[in-house]
Amino acid sequence: MSVGLITLIVLGLAVLGFIYGRHRALSAVEGDARHLHSLPSYYGWSVFLFTAVPSLLLMCAWLILQPSIIENRVAALVPEADIAAAGSLNLVMADVRRIAGGIDAMAKEAGLDEAGIDALRADLSDIRGRLAEVGVALGSNVGEPILNAAREFRSLNASMRMAMAVAVIVAAVAGLVFAALRINPALRARNLVEQFVLVLLVSCSMIAVATTVGIIVSLVFESWHFFQLYPAKDFLFSTTWNPKFGGGSSLGIWPLLWGTLYVSFISLIVAAPIGLLAAIYLSEYATPKVRATVKPLLEVLAGIPSIVYGLFALITVGPLLRDWIAVPAGLGDSSSSVMTAGLVMGIMLIPYVSSLSDDIINAVPQAMRDGSFGLGATHSETIKRVVLPAALPGIVGAILLAASRAIGETMIVVMGAGAAAKLSLNPFEAMTTVTVKIVSQLTGDTEFASPETLVAFALGLTLFCFTLALNVLALVIVRKYREQYE
Amino acid sequence: MTDASMHDAAPQNRPASLLTADARTRRRKAAETRFRLMGVAAISVGLLALVFLLTSVLGNGFGAFRQTVVEIPITLDEAVLDKSGTRDLEVMKKVTTIGYGKVIQKALEAELANRGIDTSAVKAKDVMGLMSKEAAADLRNMVLADPSLLGQTITFNAFATSRVDGFFKGRVTMESAKLDSNISPEQLQIAQAMHDAGIIETKWNWGFLTMSDSSELRPETAGLGVAILGSAYMMIIVLVLSLPIGVATSIYLEEMAPKNKWTDLIEVNIANLAAVPSIVYGILALALFINFMGLPQSAPIVGGLVLTLMTLPTIIIATRAALKAVPPSIRDAALGVGASKMQSIFHHVLPLAMPGILTGTILGLARALGESAPLLLIGMVAFVKDFPAAPPQGLMQPATALPVQVYQWTQRSDPAFVERASGAIIVLLVFLLLMNAVAIVLRRRFERRW
Repeated sequence: MSVGLITLIVLGLAVLGFIYGRHRALSAVEGDARHLHSLPSYYGWSVFLFTAVPSLLLMCAWLILQPSIIENRVAALVPEADIAAAGSLNLVMADVRRIAGGIDAMAKEAGLDEAGIDALRADLSDIRGRLAEVGVALGSNVGEPILNAAREFRSLNASMRMAMAVAVIVAAVAGLVFAALRINPALRARNLVEQFVLVLLVSCSMIAVATTVGIIVSLVFESWHFFQLYPAKDFLFSTTWNPKFGGGSSLGIWPLLWGTLYVSFISLIVAAPIGLLAAIYLSEYATPKVRATVKPLLEVLAGIPSIVYGLFALITVGPLLRDWIAVPAGLGDSSSSVMTAGLVMGIMLIPYVSSLSDDIINAVPQAMRDGSFGLGATHSETIKRVVLPAALPGIVGAILLAASRAIGETMIVVMGAGAAAKLSLNPFEAMTTVTVKIVSQLTGDTEFASPETLVAFALGLTLFCFTLALNVLALVIVRKYREQYE
Repeated sequence: MTDASMHDAAPQNRPASLLTADARTRRRKAAETRFRLMGVAAISVGLLALVFLLTSVLGNGFGAFRQTVVEIPITLDEAVLDKSGTRDLEVMKKVTTIGYGKVIQKALEAELANRGIDTSAVKAKDVMGLMSKEAAADLRNMVLADPSLLGQTITFNAFATSRVDGFFKGRVTMESAKLDSNISPEQLQIAQAMHDAGIIETKWNWGFLTMSDSSELRPETAGLGVAILGSAYMMIIVLVLSLPIGVATSIYLEEMAPKNKWTDLIEVNIANLAAVPSIVYGILALALFINFMGLPQSAPIVGGLVLTLMTLPTIIIATRAALKAVPPSIRDAALGVGASKMQSIFHHVLPLAMPGILTGTILGLARALGESAPLLLIGMVAFVKDFPAAPPQGLMQPATALPVQVYQWTQRSDPAFVERASGAIIVLLVFLLLMNAVAIVLRRRFERRW
């Protein structure tokens, strides 16, 4: 039974429960709702919630836990020799899953029945060939234990699915009966329902916390795996990045960090002055009409997806910089370069700096400006000597937030900065960043056993820590140094 | 007493009149003008960058919506395509695309001879090379779908190859063709003659929006169909999950939660999640949804889940602002006539905050639609040729998404794909524009000022 069907059945039961609960409450008082503690529909809702929520939660938990339970049971069937031959348990299990999928496809397309599947023998029939016919390509021939594991995987999967359907529906019916039997005119149905809803609201707000926990746990856990395979000392202090998928790679983070910081630095050199000056002009000089048109237009820059900037860097800015600056000046002949990515990212960051700075400049009280004007200062002197110092913590915060965006930005650098890990000062050379390498190490067919793949998690952890630190720093600066007026 | 000392300290070169500015005043005024001009310059740079960005991408992309097609009459010869004459599909399927290719070639040669176009400068194979390699397969599918066409003469529209297409769009020239192994200047001359004779023309191409991706060799048949469908699936998942969860979280934090360490923690958390780089969400999805929970790679469900997690902070922040904007008097009035706290929120505050919530949700969806980095990590860069089925099964089948399709096309060597990528950007931007327009209209029409 598919998940969708089970959900439908549960919801159908819940709706029936609602109707029954409401009816039962009303008939208990012979249709006179004044004798009920709560409005009649609350009795219905109490049945609905007790039917639907616990059973659907059970289904979610089941779906999350099922794969790892099956994995463990099946992994026990795989002999040590096969694990050693394939390199790791993960690779064997991937094969098992593929074969199981292939048997399913064979059952569907070639009309193989259960008896036929049981009769499959690895040594007699050409499993690999037959699987290839249904579109499942295997790297090597299938041994009998692996085939058995795949068979077990299939049958476990099917029986667990069935067990889940039964358990969920039983839970729904149990909830329905439990809630329906409790209904009597004195039941505080509204309080019950509201308590229930409150629990739902609280658990929804837990999702935000769970996401953070999930991010940290997955990054730390896989990074820890990585550091068991690859010495942390080399990762943190080596200056060469040269992954080889055969093994013996050097995975030093410095070239990547250097590229990231260089690109971010250039982008801030572009974005900080332009964004700040634009914010000053818009908040101090511009007429309301100009402000009302220009501000949204600048903010369009923030709404454009980064893939568009990436394409812009790739097909326009990169070739332009190469043909007009890099080649004539003899600085290089690569169209993807730190400069390309930095410039384009700078354009993207302009509205981040300008919007935040704009808000902060506007928050400086008018009395301070008036005081300065009264002493005879010109407008620009007022801005430079009074408004900006007052707004400085906020502006620094805005720039730090822009920096954290720059460090985490992916598509622009993937398409504009290049893939060569280098430590060089020449901005017209292709360099690479942390995010580019996360993408390149994790795309394609990946098995999570080699340091070359797992390094991406360590890189992700680095990235996460960097951006988090910048954000916290920005927050602290704003909180600590903000002048409190009024 | 201070008056006297100030007089003494006054500069000696005081100007005779207030009406003529002294050097210092002029300097200060010049500084003022300079500062203003710097502001104007900064804004101009920003706006110019926007214009440059849009024109460069849009200018490149419009070509993708037009496609050069070859239109020739083809006689579907029964003797070649269905030797048995039984119209039995199983038998007819034995004729491969090579067989159909020969039929097309014959028809093309006949048509060219008919129009008096000289093809002696090139080999017969190269004349055929003006047409997409997909043409034979298209014709075969057409015949297999409707065997009654056999024996008739039909007008067949075939895509020209990307080089011929590029020639009529100005991307390929005679000079570049000399260096190109895929096309020769002689072939282009024939194409030009065919164009003059009206056999080749460049038409509006709906296929760009409906066809699926194609292999490296035939950019002319690559379309956005799967990507648009995949993006739509993901947006549905994001909407269905993030709106209720986001609203529930906001209601709890804004209306119910006691002020304590725990709720502070949740608030800090949400603020931080909004600033986490999108690629980190991709790593989370890879580790949690694919490795741990065993969901399939490149499936819209995984993409939808990760985009939901990314969109949640945006929606929560917008919803809380909308709830905050509802004046407390509404709550007080509801409580005053005997509503419970829950009732006052669900019956009064929430409906009043709904326009603001929906606006925030649409803007969050627009963000999610343009996001590509996390999708790269969950395998949506895979080459997907088949359309996913209708939901719910389709949610588990491989698909791709608009921004990822753009990325994928830019990674290919044929310049025709760059044009397609820019065209895909136009489609993406149109969708974003529509969503933003809806959000603005919602805000204008339904937002209440208290």
